[in-house]
Amino acid sequence: MTVAGHVERRAGENPPGGPRRTRTRRGATRPREARRAYLLIAPALLLLALVVGYPIVKAVHQSFLTDPGLDKATGMFDEGNNWFGLHNYTHWLLQQCASPDGGYTSCPSGALGSQFWSSVGVTVGFTVVAVALETVIGMGFALTMHRAFRGRALVRVAILIPWAIPTAVTSKLWQVMFDPQGVINKLLGTHYAWTSSLWPARSAIVIADTWKTTPFIALLILAGLQNIPAETYEAAKIDGANAWRRFTSVTLPLVKPALAVAVVFRALDTLRMYDLPQILTGGSNGTTTSSILVVDQLTRGANSASALSTLTFVLIFVIAFGLVRLLNANLFGAQAKAVR
Amino acid sequence: MGARRVAAVAGTLSAALVLAGCGGGSGGDSAAQGTKSRGPITFVTGKDNSGVLPFIAKTWNKAHPDEKVTIKQQSDQADQQLSDLEQHFQAKDPGYDVVTVDVVWTAEFAARGWIIPLTGDYALDTGKLLPATVTSATYNGKLVAAPYGSDGGLLYYRTDLVSKAPTTWDELIDDCAGKTTKGTITGPKPGCYAGQFAKYEGLTVNAAEAINATGGAIVGKDGRSATVDSPESAKGLDFLVKGFKDGYIPKEALGFQETQSLNAFESGQLMFLRNWPYAVAILDGKGSKVAGKYGVAPLPGPSGHGASTLGGHNLGISAYSRHKATALDFLKFIESDTVQRNNLTVGTLAPVLTSMYSDPELTKKFTYLPDLLKSIQTAVPRPITPFYPGVTEAIETNTYAALQGRTSTEKALKDMQAAIKSATAGG
Repeated sequence: MTVAGHVERRAGENPPGGPRRTRTRRGATRPREARRAYLLIAPALLLLALVVGYPIVKAVHQSFLTDPGLDKATGMFDEGNNWFGLHNYTHWLLQQCASPDGGYTSCPSGALGSQFWSSVGVTVGFTVVAVALETVIGMGFALTMHRAFRGRALVRVAILIPWAIPTAVTSKLWQVMFDPQGVINKLLGTHYAWTSSLWPARSAIVIADTWKTTPFIALLILAGLQNIPAETYEAAKIDGANAWRRFTSVTLPLVKPALAVAVVFRALDTLRMYDLPQILTGGSNGTTTSSILVVDQLTRGANSASALSTLTFVLIFVIAFGLVRLLNANLFGAQAKAVR
Repeated sequence: MGARRVAAVAGTLSAALVLAGCGGGSGGDSAAQGTKSRGPITFVTGKDNSGVLPFIAKTWNKAHPDEKVTIKQQSDQADQQLSDLEQHFQAKDPGYDVVTVDVVWTAEFAARGWIIPLTGDYALDTGKLLPATVTSATYNGKLVAAPYGSDGGLLYYRTDLVSKAPTTWDELIDDCAGKTTKGTITGPKPGCYAGQFAKYEGLTVNAAEAINATGGAIVGKDGRSATVDSPESAKGLDFLVKGFKDGYIPKEALGFQETQSLNAFESGQLMFLRNWPYAVAILDGKGSKVAGKYGVAPLPGPSGHGASTLGGHNLGISAYSRHKATALDFLKFIESDTVQRNNLTVGTLAPVLTSMYSDPELTKKFTYLPDLLKSIQTAVPRPITPFYPGVTEAIETNTYAALQGRTSTEKALKDMQAAIKSATAGG
């Protein structure tokens, strides 16, 4: 299943940018030079390892330790941080919660532990729906802005406004609009309690997220569109391709690199979504994303939260990796090798 | 699996024993520092919406020129205040001497060794205080904080629509029947009664009130064991569940926090509202459609007055403070007549001193004081447990599902009981 279903992958088709270059190994230098090169970048590498590596390693290490437990005799918490093995992970993955007799039971409704899989579902669901919507609408905007028409500059600026507003402000704005007495119900003539029932609340978040981030996708696609030489369209016209055919056979394949980058970035963003649902619905009514769950758990036990954040990290990594593979996204400026 | 679990438990136990052997775990040694020491202190509290802090700072600093107090105001959001305190305590910050804790955080802060027990050198006289507030500041049989301000739920009602305040739920429901479309209750869907029913701490407050009113109890006498799954609780919770089913509570109320519920009452969309005393100042204020047209009464119950949930804040002395002797004097100062009186007259904060509620000068100005006293005296504290975040989550989540009609009252209480058990076992 593709997230952006209209991006087709044609086997055997060269990606844009001309025929595939074979990468010349510029690193084929003499050994002494290579050593010096490594010596020169060593400080930077060390700094990176410290800044990026240490927090990740620490978080993973913490996730194998116990949280502070209550000493029933004194009524005080101990320090925790004893070896706990994979218990923090089984707690979330198998939804096992502590029971009063010291063993484990399956997590009851109302325990955070029972919300892991539902939060994963919510997070992935938001991502699939919102990114698909944003891509389709963003494509429309990009094609509109790509046209030469009067007032184009104004449209470009206007389209950027939602993206420029801080998410916290956006969330508050939509919260006011989605109020039962708010403008949205007045316009639609409905009486939905948007933020306090299941599907309306989820729709509200998708709507607000789409409104906010479509401009981002639109601009990235626009950048891609502007790299397409006009001659290709002229040639297609001469060959008798109609507008739809020109769009599917010329525009889409040529804009795909930009589109893929936009989709991957947006998917990553949505998978980490925290502020919008936290402010708009407080995570209630089936809008608790993985990030919200991590923050909720942090106040109750940091080590269990570490396990949860590690799981979330792995989940996002796997999905992002899959998307990159699927879309053959050219994220790092080098031509991604097609895997055959 | 089994063997490993046993090993883990044994490891935890032995670690606890070792810790207990060397001075009673965390906080044991830090409490000793600064016992006799005096000096400037910092008082950390939530944003001062009621304008009482300047008076506190001025009065204290005049009397203690060498031990001045600096007031640090946090945000006005309870969860942000909590995480700010947690971060500073985890960093063992000596810069937070006296901290304001919500009644429901008090037990956890004490259990983590962040605030020191007020015993021995730090003993505080609680004789003049409302007993309910002292209970809320007591953990494991020891006073661990000084009550600062109390709070109890009240029923606000429209005097222009009903002749007298309902004392029972049935009276309230009868008042609602047929009257909501007359008078001034307007809007697309006229509501009658509302409290705070969004999924947040306020829902725990409202659910606890309904459950306690019918003789149910969320936790037993020990304050720990879950006892919520009972026929009494079901009867209480049903008052709210039926409200949404039969329509005497409007559907919008599922999104009501304090502010939204107050706005609805203030704009004339409700006949009855459950809220805290602070609402009086706003309902009397400019732009209120119901100024002069509302009254205040104790909360109704199944037969006669119900039970309020106890709100309010306590002040604790940080275990990491370097000037604990000064901090203790500051706590005593906060309990003084002067401060408590000013808190009420300037900020309409409910005092913790019993004498204030029968002070003729004050009751003349604040006519609701006797009702509030009744509310606080019969108030039931929320479970006093160091695992409160998990307990409140259990109550909120399952109550909300029942109010939305996604699960039955019985099932909600069953799940609530299981989730509270699991939370107090360490989650």
